[in-house]
Amino acid sequence: MSAIAEGLFTDENPPRLIGGRDRLSGRIVFPCPPGDQFEPWPLQRTGRLWSYTIQRYRPKSPPYAGPEDFHPWPVAYVELPGETIVEARLANVAFDAITIGMALELTQLPLDPAAAQPVLIPAFQPLGQPARGAS
Amino acid sequence: MSDVCIVGVGIHPFGRTDGISGLDQGVFAVRQALADAGTEWQDIQFAYGGSDAAGNPDTMVERLGLTGIQFINVRNGCAAGGSSLASAAMAIKSGEYDLGLAVGFDKHPRGAFNALPAEYNLPDWYGEAGYMITTQFFAAKIRRYMHEHGISATSLGRVAEKAFRNAVHAPHAWRREPVALETILEASLVSDPYTKYMFCSPAEGGVALILASEKKARELGKPIIRLKAVTMRTRPPGSFEVFAPSIDIAKDTAPRGSASRIASADAFTMAGIGPEDIALAQLQDTEAGAEIMHMAENGFCRDGEQEAWLAEGRTEIGGSLPVNTDGGCLACGEPIGASGLRQVYENAIQLRGDGGGRQVPGNPKTAYSHVYGAPGVSAVTILER
Repeated sequence: MSAIAEGLFTDENPPRLIGGRDRLSGRIVFPCPPGDQFEPWPLQRTGRLWSYTIQRYRPKSPPYAGPEDFHPWPVAYVELPGETIVEARLANVAFDAITIGMALELTQLPLDPAAAQPVLIPAFQPLGQPARGAS
Repeated sequence: MSDVCIVGVGIHPFGRTDGISGLDQGVFAVRQALADAGTEWQDIQFAYGGSDAAGNPDTMVERLGLTGIQFINVRNGCAAGGSSLASAAMAIKSGEYDLGLAVGFDKHPRGAFNALPAEYNLPDWYGEAGYMITTQFFAAKIRRYMHEHGISATSLGRVAEKAFRNAVHAPHAWRREPVALETILEASLVSDPYTKYMFCSPAEGGVALILASEKKARELGKPIIRLKAVTMRTRPPGSFEVFAPSIDIAKDTAPRGSASRIASADAFTMAGIGPEDIALAQLQDTEAGAEIMHMAENGFCRDGEQEAWLAEGRTEIGGSLPVNTDGGCLACGEPIGASGLRQVYENAIQLRGDGGGRQVPGNPKTAYSHVYGAPGVSAVTILER
């Protein structure tokens, strides 16, 4: 399976997200913007839940490229200390077990598990989950 | 420099009006505003118009009359109305003109707004993954705010309950039936913690305001409502905005900056008054929590005080600071081009004392309006009678 876009994940195992670091101010953002102002900056793999919601209805297509068959999914902002707060799905956690401040680590999720060639999107899961071998 | 006065107001009812285009709803509002001002289209010297999804506003001249006037179209997301008004006010303040129009209308398809990543300078994958959804941002923002400042879900419900209750008395509102607090809180979730009653819907409608120099306003003989301040501002570093793949970590304990905070502070400076001098306010309430957060971002209370304010009814029609007296976006829906001007329309009605069943008591003399939109734009007005 390949990533939903080039330049999101490092080639390491396990992968890290690639942010961008402003060459002048040192500000770190995600994803790494095109152009020369930002240099690619691999982000740490673990952080804490900053905020979240549950997407309860299917987003409109386009642009959404997920499956027609919709099941609600959680989307979070995860604080990576000293770097930035990134937006990503939450995986392997019950909706009612999600709490602000919980420790999380990066994983990957197929956008449409039933697709012939699923693409992977960034996600975070509770720290210490058994590896799922998504890559 | 001349004060800018609002001398005529018009509105096409918000909601769904099948068979009438967005543009024609705008034309309806303009004709009503001209009649209200006691003037004619031929006397209007310039116009600024906003529409996000219902066509170019300047094409209204086909309906209103080909008088050759300057007509500039404005596209500024949810701040379009404020931007039109700011531009129109500057045209009069400069001395170039003394009678003009700010108009906005829209007609959106049903369902959530369908934004595309490229329109916001974002990569395509961000939309493919399902994140081009305003409701996600609003829900995540209030979830964090509730966590930091002790705001309860009941307070979210109280905001929505108030909106529908106020709208009963607003003929231009869309959803005019009261909804019980329990019904609001127990309804199906759209984006947690928001239930379906806590989000506004894209809608239709049109609003027109006729603006004049003070000299011209006196000639027309209308009650003088002064536009004491109008500001449109964009976001500062570190703000948390719609469609954000990442957010800066806040560096200290001071409140996170926002376009709204800047627009508000600058408007109060321009008007020479403070939040404590405002008699009533229309605050962007595209969802219930937005009204709560915007109470603090606009300087009316400190973060967290909203919990007590709502429990004590301070933002009700008879409270110390009535907020969203016509039901706001929650009850009127949001036609983007018209929404910010609806707030100013409602303020003008209130300052004239024409609010009927929703009239703020005590002869209010000042009124405030605030809009916020993606990706971090805000506009504020302060009216004074």
